[in-house]
Amino acid sequence: MTAIPLGVPRRLVEFTLDGQEARVPEGSTILDACRAAGKDVPTLCEGDTLTPKNACRICVVDVEGARTLAPACSRRAEPGMVVRTDTERARHSRRLVLELLASSVDLSTTPSADRWIKEYEAKPDRFGPDAARVDEEPRIDNDLYVRDYGKCVLCYKCVDACGDQWQNSFAISVSGRGFDARISVEHDGPLTDSACVYCGNCIEVCPTGALSFKSEFDMRAAGTWDEERQTETTTVCAYCGVGCNLTLHVQDNEIVKVTSPHDNPVTHGNLCIKGRFGYQHVQNRD
Amino acid sequence: MDLRFGDGKPTDEERAAVDALLGPPESSWEGADRSDADLRWARGGREARDRRDQLLPALHALNDRVGWISEGALDYVCRRLTVPPAEAYGVATFYAMFSVGPRPATVLHVCTDLACTAAGASELCAAVETRLGPENGVKVERSPCLGLCERAPAALVIRAGDSARPAFEDEAVQAESGGPGAAAPGDGKGKGRRGRNTLHATAVCAPATPDRAVTAATAPESAPTEPAPEAAVPQTGAPGLILLSRIGTVDPASLDDYRAHGGYIALRRAFALGPAAVIREVTDAGLVGRGGAAFPTGRKWQATAAQPDHPHYLVCNADESEPGTFKDRVLMEGDPYALIEAMTIAAYATGAHRGYLYLRGEYPRALARLTHAVEQSRTRGLLGDDVLGQGYAFDIEIRRGAGAYICGEETALFNSIEGHRGEPRSKPPFPVEKGLFGKPTVENNVETLVNVLPILTMGAEAYAAIGTPTSTGPKLFCVSGSVARPGVYELPFGATLGELLTLAGVRDNLRAVLLGGAAGGFVRPDELGIPLTFEGTREAGTTLGSGVVMAFDDTVPLPRLLLRIAEFFRDESCGQCVPCRVGTVRQQEALHRIVDRTGAAAADDIALLREVGRAMRDASICGLGQTAWNAVESAIDRLGAYQ
Repeated sequence: MTAIPLGVPRRLVEFTLDGQEARVPEGSTILDACRAAGKDVPTLCEGDTLTPKNACRICVVDVEGARTLAPACSRRAEPGMVVRTDTERARHSRRLVLELLASSVDLSTTPSADRWIKEYEAKPDRFGPDAARVDEEPRIDNDLYVRDYGKCVLCYKCVDACGDQWQNSFAISVSGRGFDARISVEHDGPLTDSACVYCGNCIEVCPTGALSFKSEFDMRAAGTWDEERQTETTTVCAYCGVGCNLTLHVQDNEIVKVTSPHDNPVTHGNLCIKGRFGYQHVQNRD
Repeated sequence: MDLRFGDGKPTDEERAAVDALLGPPESSWEGADRSDADLRWARGGREARDRRDQLLPALHALNDRVGWISEGALDYVCRRLTVPPAEAYGVATFYAMFSVGPRPATVLHVCTDLACTAAGASELCAAVETRLGPENGVKVERSPCLGLCERAPAALVIRAGDSARPAFEDEAVQAESGGPGAAAPGDGKGKGRRGRNTLHATAVCAPATPDRAVTAATAPESAPTEPAPEAAVPQTGAPGLILLSRIGTVDPASLDDYRAHGGYIALRRAFALGPAAVIREVTDAGLVGRGGAAFPTGRKWQATAAQPDHPHYLVCNADESEPGTFKDRVLMEGDPYALIEAMTIAAYATGAHRGYLYLRGEYPRALARLTHAVEQSRTRGLLGDDVLGQGYAFDIEIRRGAGAYICGEETALFNSIEGHRGEPRSKPPFPVEKGLFGKPTVENNVETLVNVLPILTMGAEAYAAIGTPTSTGPKLFCVSGSVARPGVYELPFGATLGELLTLAGVRDNLRAVLLGGAAGGFVRPDELGIPLTFEGTREAGTTLGSGVVMAFDDTVPLPRLLLRIAEFFRDESCGQCVPCRVGTVRQQEALHRIVDRTGAAAADDIALLREVGRAMRDASICGLGQTAWNAVESAIDRLGAYQ
């Protein structure tokens, strides 16, 4: 029988969330508490397998007594804290963050962006037609994945996944400063000249589709990408003995991309180049 | 870490510059040629990675020597320090003073910030560019505030090149032989290998004319000597000065002279009192931080001293970059030993044995004087393993910034020292708990630290009697703009804005006064009764900030000033969080649209500015974004700009 480690029992922290008593284990974030209470708080730079950089500021909430709003994804719940998620002040900042983002980058492949923009009545057009945008051509420098900076919200998730939080390849970092900051490899060169090992774990965590499989990118360009027609099948990678879980996304009997379940206790959604991209032999019908 | 390095090779010059800092590489694992021995053992692990904090100094070494950072040079630095090339590239591109593309060895930074713009910086820039023409080996860069506002318009020349000593020591050595402020080059500095002059040199040119700027840019080594620091202190020699008393009367290069003028009495008293009593004195004196946030210093020290985690660090924030601020420069140039003594006391009280002095990259003279002063103190046993024979060890390392306003934010400064991008961290945890290298750290501004000396020499009670009950002690103000005698003024807290401006000889037709710099706010000429205290300015709905008092007469077009402030924040935002990264851009765009509009034509954009400003204030990670809208808001609400 496998022994399941239970760990040290964690104390519960009691605080007030939107006027209701909330009890969460010590160390939980306000976002954890919100989700436990069934509240919908928008997030972009937060990911289930990563420590958030709290850079997007879309999850901000009102903490009583604080001078500024607090990022729900990173601020830990403290006993006696009084938190409100839906004040005019918090909604204002969320709306502005959406407007600032949508007016500067393309959020068309960001899941939920449309819904949030409607919900918060954001009007990205109001900064005028001359508002600066991140207008860059997608970078296609290899056969596996595409970097489309016009969709990047600089959430730092890819950097963290490539760096010390998962892959330890350190192939990408943020370069430049301010509005000109971009995710890049050294000397802003092509991926093929970098330390990239093509594990695709950055694509796995990208919240906006700025990083995408070449297969998905090409199908979107051709107008044939249709998630409605796709099935997802989770299986086990056959390449080595680790036994990572793969989720095959299949459209019209062709594998179009490979993801991995984030709740896998061993791999947490991470794969290597073989599991992520090495599926062509499966559909070689000659 | 299994790092992949590029194939780029450094030039001999680049390799020499890096090796001068880090020493020769020990093995091929660190960038030397591969030998048989390298095949039998590997170097790496924590020991190799622990030198990451040398990244910024290494980039400086390259920039000082070559003037830019090539691919091969960056790869070599990465090999030497076991830093991933992508991260090093991210760091190199973060700082305004570095370039990852080729550029001429000489860079002329022309300040185009508030005081300098009001003094005609745009015309200066245009004239200098025409005069120099495109192909003459000088790159002209428009720079944010260079901290020379009392002598606006200002320019700074930095010429990359070889130096027998690390470049920054030159002036100190000259200062020793030729007295304070001597910057004339010694002879014997010949031509470089290729017949051109390749010695590293800096020259400050203020007030700059096109002629002087061009001359300084083409021959920085023979530029006229910068005026002595006391030229920036109109009160020099006045009785009753506490913080500025030694500026102009003490030789900044002489430790003996400093001691003859009351130096090291405070440190002796500190050793006599013991750490806990020193903290009690500072707390009782009511000292609060002078960098802008006004946090009680005693409480910060106590919190750090009480941390069980060790080692503790002391960081002196000398990254004075707030537009309009130059008090720390004057203190460091005119009385460098005072800062070293004050840092020693702060470290002793908080249980730190290592101090970092993070100095703004645009202050070559302060760097020279402090470097010299640290060396002298070390030689004389005032720094090192046994300070003053008391068995207490403390040493100071000077780190240079490289052109990033954000690095004045305390946690961004930690990241910068550690060799990461100077992006602020989210708080909590606060620095007293997890600061530099993740250890308890006390970080104080230069002026705050220097205030500790009179607290210990006068006693807390006498010090607290100066100023008002809630804002105690003397305060330095940086007065510039439309005044007859711009400079650093020392007044007890509680003097009014009007009194200060009268002292500085404010000119007629005063239109507005900017308090606290770009992150501060404007007040009207009829508000000169505002008492210059933390509580007084707060009550008046404005801020004291770092002590900037910039006067503008009615010849300066207000909308252009606001646009310059907005451009400053757009340029200086680190880009980490969305409200600041995009918000500062939208703010600048809106101010650009309405620069020539008033009334109803500007109303829509002003409403937009208010919304963006509110989100920046509420939702940005750090003080930069949170204050980026302050000055513009105050100009609209208090001055009636755009009406």
